[in-house]
Amino acid sequence: MYINISNVNKQFTHKGKLFTALNNVNLTIEKGEFICLLGPSGCGKSTLLNAIAGFDTPTSGSITIDGKEVKKPSTRNVTIFQNYGLLPWRNVIKNVELALESNKKLTAAERRQTAQKYLDLVGLGNFADSSPHQLSGGMQQRVAIARALTADPDIIFMDEPFGALDAITRMKLQDDILSIQKKERKTIIFVTHDIDEAVYLADRVVVMTPNPGMVKKVLTINLGPGRDRTSEDFQKIRNIIFETFNMKHTYPIEYSI
Amino acid sequence: MLNNGLLRYLYKKGINLTYVVISFILFITVWDLAVRLSGVNEALFPSPASAFRALLEIIGDGTLGEHVLSSMTRFAVGFILAVTSAVIGGIIIGWFDILFKFTNPIIQLLRPISPIAWMPFIVLAFGIGDMPAIVTIFIAAFFPVLISTAVGVKNIPEIYLKVAKNFGVGKIEIFWKIVFPAIFPQITAGTHLALGSAWVFLVCGEMIGTQSGLGYLIIDARNNLRCDILAADIVVIGVIGLLLDAALKYGEAQILKKWGLQKE
Repeated sequence: MYINISNVNKQFTHKGKLFTALNNVNLTIEKGEFICLLGPSGCGKSTLLNAIAGFDTPTSGSITIDGKEVKKPSTRNVTIFQNYGLLPWRNVIKNVELALESNKKLTAAERRQTAQKYLDLVGLGNFADSSPHQLSGGMQQRVAIARALTADPDIIFMDEPFGALDAITRMKLQDDILSIQKKERKTIIFVTHDIDEAVYLADRVVVMTPNPGMVKKVLTINLGPGRDRTSEDFQKIRNIIFETFNMKHTYPIEYSI
Repeated sequence: MLNNGLLRYLYKKGINLTYVVISFILFITVWDLAVRLSGVNEALFPSPASAFRALLEIIGDGTLGEHVLSSMTRFAVGFILAVTSAVIGGIIIGWFDILFKFTNPIIQLLRPISPIAWMPFIVLAFGIGDMPAIVTIFIAAFFPVLISTAVGVKNIPEIYLKVAKNFGVGKIEIFWKIVFPAIFPQITAGTHLALGSAWVFLVCGEMIGTQSGLGYLIIDARNNLRCDILAADIVVIGVIGLLLDAALKYGEAQILKKWGLQKE
């Protein structure tokens, strides 16, 4: 196992009340897996992601990546945020180059070359000199994806990355991220509250529920690549998740004679 | 080529310019009428025409140029020193929360004190000459920039810092790669604010112990009973203040546009 999360608890006090964001979470993730953390707001999915990414430390329990305890964010693992996290004072290519600036061995030309390569990969090669605010939300998120790939990380964390995008753009980016994952062989941990998105993308869906935040179920999605959102198997898995959230209504049958 | 947008822009500008021109004509008319109707001696209450003649006179004999130059030099020195030290200080106290907690009460106490109140101490400490004016400008410009910088640092969107950490931006590097550019719009806003009050206090600062500058010219004109030069000087001070403000406003707008903070 590659990422090992064992007995992780996270508590904090909010307005004098003790709040349990994560309650005894256990999970193992293999290298190259696409994992979706799925659940409603307050279920601790982002807290768990932040803990694995090293932005936040759990109250108790341990998280190891490749056998090493996670203590702080690492350039080996890159996070993609919902609000893109692009720096408005840099143009697009300079934003992507940020991923390489901590590597002092590279020359400026090498940095630019690599950044351009990944900008081309996400289809924004012609926007290198644009300012982030001149791009649409979907394009800005592509820039963030290009920046993440430029760092050549082992793991990509995605925190509701498509949450601010319209439905059509979102589906397009979902396809893009799948093909990128196939090409680049990254381990991806993806937080979402969108059931369809999780079933469409993940190798395994980790279903989480709130109060206290915990893992309710881990579902392996055996649909293979090239998933059809309208197929019967897809709907079956959606149904299982709906049931897990107790969102499937059972209508009382009315009898009349 | 004159396209529709450009025409509309010129039309809008034209309308604004009309207001400006009319308001100045009105102002000068009222001024002129006040002189004529009040019957006060022209030597004490100069008309617009005599102020204009005085302006031509001091431009012609070169005195105005000298005074403007020495005022602008003092202003540049005091203002640049103030903005530089306030930005550095503001970043430091904004970054370290504990420093902010300790210094903020003192800053809030010192801020409302007019720089002129310090004048006796300034003269004792720095003597007369250029220094009192420079120190006055420094005090006037320092606090607005310090406060807007510190508040800007405290309110940097967390996502920038997270991104910086994630991509391994170093502990020192982060100041010029992330913090400074992130708060640049706040720094310019504070600088803009500081410019106005610093220009106001330049004139006060130059009234004490200097032998040149637009503030000195006021005292000099008064001593020589040249109220026409006095009026001309006041107009010059106003116009330069207006131009400085316009220049900074333009710079600020450019920066906001580049940051995408302003609708195009």
